[in-house]
Amino acid sequence: MKITLNGEIKEYRDQLTVQELLQRLNLQPERVVVEINRIILSPETHNVTKLKTGDTIELVQFVGGG
Amino acid sequence: MDHLIIAGREFNSRLLVGTGKFASNQAMVAAMESSACEIVTVALRRVDIDNPEDSLLSHINPDRYLLLPNTSGARDAEEAVRLARLARAAGCEPWIKLEVTPDPYYLLPDPIETLKAAEILVKDGFIVLPYMPADPVLARHLEEVGTATVMPLGAPIGTNRGVRTRDLIAIIIEQANVPVIVDAGLGAPSHAAEAMEMGADAVLVNTALADTTDPALMAQAFRKGVEAGREAYLAGLGGQRLQAEASSPLTGFLRND
Amino acid sequence: MSFQQQLDLYPQAEIVQQITAATPQQIDQALQRQRLNIDDFSTLLSPKITDKQLELMAERAHRITRQRFGRTILLYAPLYLSNECYNGCKYCGFNAENKFHRKTLTLEEIEREAKILRSQGFRHMLLLTGEAPKIAGIDYLEEAVKIIKQFCGSVSIEVFPMDTTGYQRMVAAGVDGLTVYQETYDPELYQQLHPYGPKSHYGYRLDAPERAGQAGMRRIGIGSLLGLGECLSDVFYSGLHALYLARKFWRTQVTISFPRLCPADGGFQPNSIVDDRQLTQFICAMRLLIPDAGLVLSTREKAQLRDNLLPLGITQMSAGSCTAPGGYGEEDKDAEQFSISDERSPAEVETLLKSRGYEAVWKDWDGAFLNKAAND
Repeated sequence: MKITLNGEIKEYRDQLTVQELLQRLNLQPERVVVEINRIILSPETHNVTKLKTGDTIELVQFVGGG
Repeated sequence: MDHLIIAGREFNSRLLVGTGKFASNQAMVAAMESSACEIVTVALRRVDIDNPEDSLLSHINPDRYLLLPNTSGARDAEEAVRLARLARAAGCEPWIKLEVTPDPYYLLPDPIETLKAAEILVKDGFIVLPYMPADPVLARHLEEVGTATVMPLGAPIGTNRGVRTRDLIAIIIEQANVPVIVDAGLGAPSHAAEAMEMGADAVLVNTALADTTDPALMAQAFRKGVEAGREAYLAGLGGQRLQAEASSPLTGFLRND
Repeated sequence: MSFQQQLDLYPQAEIVQQITAATPQQIDQALQRQRLNIDDFSTLLSPKITDKQLELMAERAHRITRQRFGRTILLYAPLYLSNECYNGCKYCGFNAENKFHRKTLTLEEIEREAKILRSQGFRHMLLLTGEAPKIAGIDYLEEAVKIIKQFCGSVSIEVFPMDTTGYQRMVAAGVDGLTVYQETYDPELYQQLHPYGPKSHYGYRLDAPERAGQAGMRRIGIGSLLGLGECLSDVFYSGLHALYLARKFWRTQVTISFPRLCPADGGFQPNSIVDDRQLTQFICAMRLLIPDAGLVLSTREKAQLRDNLLPLGITQMSAGSCTAPGGYGEEDKDAEQFSISDERSPAEVETLLKSRGYEAVWKDWDGAFLNKAAND
């Protein structure tokens, strides 16, 4: 599948769930907020939400700020 | 006991700390601890996929500190609302520091977009702490739409110039029915003390703590400055002596009958 | 917090004690603070204030008033529409038990009175009635306002307390100001002085200014009738009330009046006497407490005193007043609410103001500026 991830086009051989994608990227799920096509995902649905070609995904986390 | 009360919640500390610009997470944590703060601001950014950082949250104990995500980066109300909702989805309590700064040079808050976003976010169940220009009328509007505090700037972000907007902040403090938190521009503990002496309920400091050789020591100094200012305010500061004229032009008539 | 809850924070005995116990040092300190809080205000009401401190306070009050209001005094005329009343207020000439010439102006008479006032220069009129809603109620007032608005830009009312919807109707009709005096903030004394009639309800009257604020009234005037009860606490509570309203209705201007009860032969005797020095002190202290409030002086006071109080914070005055309905057209001493002490005509008052370096402002506001009026 071909998705836009944080502004960049990325290709993956399999169709992944959100949870699987996060695992691939070595990210801790409870520290990351996921937005698919401008809709914010609630954390409980990470393992059941399947990504598909054309999806635009934003992965966002907390950083230092004033 | 003299507590700071925001949205019905009590805090002992009147110093809020920002977590940005520190040289390292260690420096940030050291500053937070010395400051004795209870509320820290954080920002939201895209994860760097190729180089995922050590998550900030592993350094900030959510049981000890109330996380106050900000909407920095937002250039209008829509972006601010989106960021706020993202922050909420991260699982924190729905407190948000509303920050709409379309101007990248001075990072001054946009009054119109801030009010717009505040109204939407309050209706959406957020506890909104809006960063705003030191405009007393805007403060009344924000309070009217239901923000939990108002946060007028002392001086532009990062300038360390102190309470430059003093006269207007004095009016805001006089008229506000919610806590007034002076945010941005405070560069020295004396600035923080000055804001507290004027009657501000709290201050928010970031750059002054991060941009120093010893953040922990500076944070301690700020803690003392805030406490000193608050105590002076509570004790009641004396004013400057005014002299009356020898004659009594205005009230002499009372004795001429 | 409601205003009643705020009042409960300052019990009368404690407040009187606090005011009378203020030391000269405390008075000095309060006089030097940039911004007064309510405790400073109570200090400045102290009977212990020296002449020197009073002069200093007067200077500050004078300076603040000049900064905020310039050298202008707004002149307004009271227009009594009716002296019918169901209340038994012990101190008032319109008391239901008093037998005298009761009168309610017809719409033609109202027009006549308004024309006369307009010809004298007035553009701000204050409409007054007693409390007899069946005879002179909201419908009657609406009609009256419509007529009077043809002759002046600003109409205020000093009538019986209304519900919020009543005030909304008044605002829609074109009223921009409301005056309602609590008379005294002491609930027990209030009960004694207002034994029956709608005015006997202390709480309903207390919340009237708030209801008017919610209805969008532009100006809200409050005050205590000085001399009815313990005056120090009543002035304190007036200040507290003004602060509360100013904080809550930030788009509304608050005004405070200082009506002083005078002993009347055979009539109601005041419980306390407020002398000229105290009145001066109260006005100055109020000016320091709320720099942006309007302070109002009526023709109850003698001409000379009014002239001397001018520079000390007063921003609005009545002139050439008549407290009997229809009295501008036909003098009717029998129907008066109270006696006027300052009988100068408006033109004389204007001349006096000029001689003191003040300009009389006849017209400060016009409803035509509002969007609504533009569509009428």
